[in-house]
Amino acid sequence: MAEPETAMRDNDRPLLMAEGLGKNYGRLAACRDVSFVLYPGEVLAIVGESGSGKSTLLQLLSAQLAASAGRVSYRMRDGVMRDLAALGEAERRFLFRTDWGFVHQDPALGLRMAVSAGANVGERLMAVGWNHYGRIRDTASSWLERVEIDTARIDDAPRTYSGGMRQRLQIARNLVTEPRLVFMDEPTGGLDVSVQARLLDLMRNLVSELGLAAIVVTHDLAVARLLSHRVMVMKGGRVIETGLTDQVLDDPHEPYTQLLVSSILPA
Amino acid sequence: MTAMIDISNAEKTFTMHLQGGVQLPVVRGVSFQVEPGECVVLSGPSGAGKSSILKMIFGNYRCDGGRIGIRHRGNLVDLASAEPRQVLSVRRDTIGYVSQFLRAVPRVATIDVVAEPLVVTGTARTEAREWAGRLLRRLNIPERLWALPPSTFSGGEQQRVNIARGFISDLPILLLDEPTASLDAANRAVLVELIDEKKRNGVAMVAIVHDDEIRHLIADRIVDVTSFASVA
Repeated sequence: MAEPETAMRDNDRPLLMAEGLGKNYGRLAACRDVSFVLYPGEVLAIVGESGSGKSTLLQLLSAQLAASAGRVSYRMRDGVMRDLAALGEAERRFLFRTDWGFVHQDPALGLRMAVSAGANVGERLMAVGWNHYGRIRDTASSWLERVEIDTARIDDAPRTYSGGMRQRLQIARNLVTEPRLVFMDEPTGGLDVSVQARLLDLMRNLVSELGLAAIVVTHDLAVARLLSHRVMVMKGGRVIETGLTDQVLDDPHEPYTQLLVSSILPA
Repeated sequence: MTAMIDISNAEKTFTMHLQGGVQLPVVRGVSFQVEPGECVVLSGPSGAGKSSILKMIFGNYRCDGGRIGIRHRGNLVDLASAEPRQVLSVRRDTIGYVSQFLRAVPRVATIDVVAEPLVVTGTARTEAREWAGRLLRRLNIPERLWALPPSTFSGGEQQRVNIARGFISDLPILLLDEPTASLDAANRAVLVELIDEKKRNGVAMVAIVHDDEIRHLIADRIVDVTSFASVA
């Protein structure tokens, strides 16, 4: 990079950039003209109802879906911003295995349900070249502890786990390679309220301790409030309002955002 | 200019889209300054916009016009037009806010709720907990409660936890939104002491207090908010 750049702190340079991003399915525009910048350590929530385009956007951002318009760039570990669409297969694999995490709403999509919890976590380490069995097991076990799973269950397969445990295991599997960016798709969806609270608290601590950047898709404004710094509100494939999370939730400007905020049932 | 806060012509109107787009003017022409070590108390009847002004200074409510000048790391930042990242940076290093109610995070122990602002700015957890313990003790929260989440506490206890959390940091600006509402006389005296200490350390404060006695004890200057009332 150019000389003056090196003087800038790493955190002052964007980690991910979306420019004019869009996706059409035939004549249907699932996602239109989305642009934003995400910095290291920043947690962005994408909120909106079913069909608003938020899941499509997450897939575009994480290079799982090809965009019809615009582009996504990501700052690789060597400091260079790269267009995701132009990455080679090996570079893309590196991102998925190491530098990124992806937490699915359904843990069965993010875990291998029939192999042990230890192997689920260890697999990501082996994919990046770890080969010492004892070290892999120790690291896996310390991650299980961090996500509050009894290490006596390390040899059990996640299909024997409860929903909340599976979700925490999925998080451990994702974070073990120390990614810089984690994508989360409705991470608390389908869990009991008490289980949700525990998971949210855990995620909140891990994100701040590890300085992770995250993009969280959720329809639950309480999740956005607790986890994110910034919010983007989507409707009909467009971003209709954006700002600091507490600004958007306490002082919503757009009619649709006001409707979302006022639709929350008081506890 | 030495002021920590320099507000000029700030205004705020709510547009209620769900009520047929009704315009609810809150304040207009808000202009005042706060110097280091000074405590300005906002006065005016309920609904005059006192809390809204505090929220505008914190960047929680977006302004429709004017300027919210904040001295942040030696530079003047206009929070009315700042980027989200800049607002967060101002909140981390410059402005603290003691709201009326504690927004408790489930499962987090009281001692950690109070210590958190120090931890996020890099103080070691054990040291941050020591500071938190000292403040909780001063505010008469018994030690046996420190490991419990504050969500189960009484209103007065929650407010004291909230005060401890707000006062633990060494930030140059502190905003106080009715911090005394549910405090008894002993704890009100502690709060007055804490505010005095902040003044001596050069902290600029803006407060809303309904209690005349407390207002008299802490206010260096009173700004009457009714003069900023928007004429509907």
